Amino acid sequence: MDTNDIIRPENKVYARPRLLTENITHYCPGCSHGVVHRIIAELIDEMGLEDRTIGIAPVGCAVFAYNYIDVDWIEAAHGRAPALASAAARLNPENLVFTYQGDGDLSAIGTAETIHACNRGENIVIIFINNAIYGMTGGQMAPTTLLGMKTATTPYGRRADLNGYPLAISPLLAALDGTCYVTRQAVHTPGAVRKTKAAIKKAFTNALNKRGTSVVEVVSTCNSGWKLSPADSNRWMVEHMFEKYPLGDLKNV
Amino acid sequence: MPKVQGAVTIEEGRCKGCELCVVACPTDVLKLQPKEVNDRGYHYAYAANPDACTGCTSCATVCPDACIEVYRVVLK
Repeated sequence: MDTNDIIRPENKVYARPRLLTENITHYCPGCSHGVVHRIIAELIDEMGLEDRTIGIAPVGCAVFAYNYIDVDWIEAAHGRAPALASAAARLNPENLVFTYQGDGDLSAIGTAETIHACNRGENIVIIFINNAIYGMTGGQMAPTTLLGMKTATTPYGRRADLNGYPLAISPLLAALDGTCYVTRQAVHTPGAVRKTKAAIKKAFTNALNKRGTSVVEVVSTCNSGWKLSPADSNRWMVEHMFEKYPLGDLKNV
Repeated sequence: MPKVQGAVTIEEGRCKGCELCVVACPTDVLKLQPKEVNDRGYHYAYAANPDACTGCTSCATVCPDACIEVYRVVLK
C-alpha cells in the first residue's frame, strides 16, 4: 500500500494533542520538558478536565509552560508553586490543581513550601522534573547534582566535603503523612513515557478524589547543561542518574 | 497474524533534530536530513525508509516537540 493511501484521517493513530498550543517551545532539542508537557496535555484532554484545571508554573526552564499548554495557569514566585497551589486548591475545590517544577525550584529554594504543602496533605499534584542541574541559568550545580558531576559551578565535579551530598527529595516527601502517592519515573523510552503517563493520571485522579498530595518525580535530561547529545544524555541518565534516583513507586496508599 | 503498515508525517518546521525518534524507531524508518535544514536551522527528521513503518507510535511517544503524527492500516 502506498504511503499516501495510509496518510488519511481515518487511519490516524497518533495526533498532536489538542491542548498543546501552536507555539514552538523554547526548550533545547531533546529536552524532557517537551515530553512531559505533551503527556499533561494529552491527559487533561482525555480526562475532560480542560475547563477545570489550574496549572502553577515555576521559575526555571518551564517558566513559560503557560504558553504551551492551553489551560489556566498561575505563575508562581521562585519555589512557591506548592504554596500557590494550596491556595488555588482550597479556594477552588472542584478544580484540578497541579504544579510543574524543576529541581532548582522544588528542591532548592522551594524546599520549605514543598515539604509543608505535602505535610498538610493539600489536594494537589506536584510534577517534579529532576535533571540534576540548573538548566535555565547556564548549568550550575543544583542540590540534586550527583557526586563527581561536572557543572558550571563544580568544574572538577561535585565533592561531598565541599558541596554536600545530592538531595533525593522524593523519599523525604514519601515519609510525610500528607502524601498519598509518590513515584519516580522517566521519559527516555516509549515504555517509560507510557508509565509516566499512567503515573500522572493516577496522581490527577488522587487529587480529584481528595486523597492528599501526589508527587510525580520525572528523572530527566538536560543535554545542554550536561554537554551531551540528547541520545547520549538518555544513556548517561540510565547509567548514572538511576543509581541515585531509582525508578518506581515510593509510596502508594 | 494480520500485516500492519504504518506511515508518519513530520511537521518539519517544528522539528528540532534531537534524534530521539531515530533512536526510538524499532524498524529504522526515520533519519535526520544530512544536509537540508528547516527555517530554524535544524536537520529535521524524515522517513528515510517509509515502507518499514509499522505505525507503532514509538517515535511520536518520545518526540519532545509533538511534531510527529502516525497513521496505521491493517492489511487484509
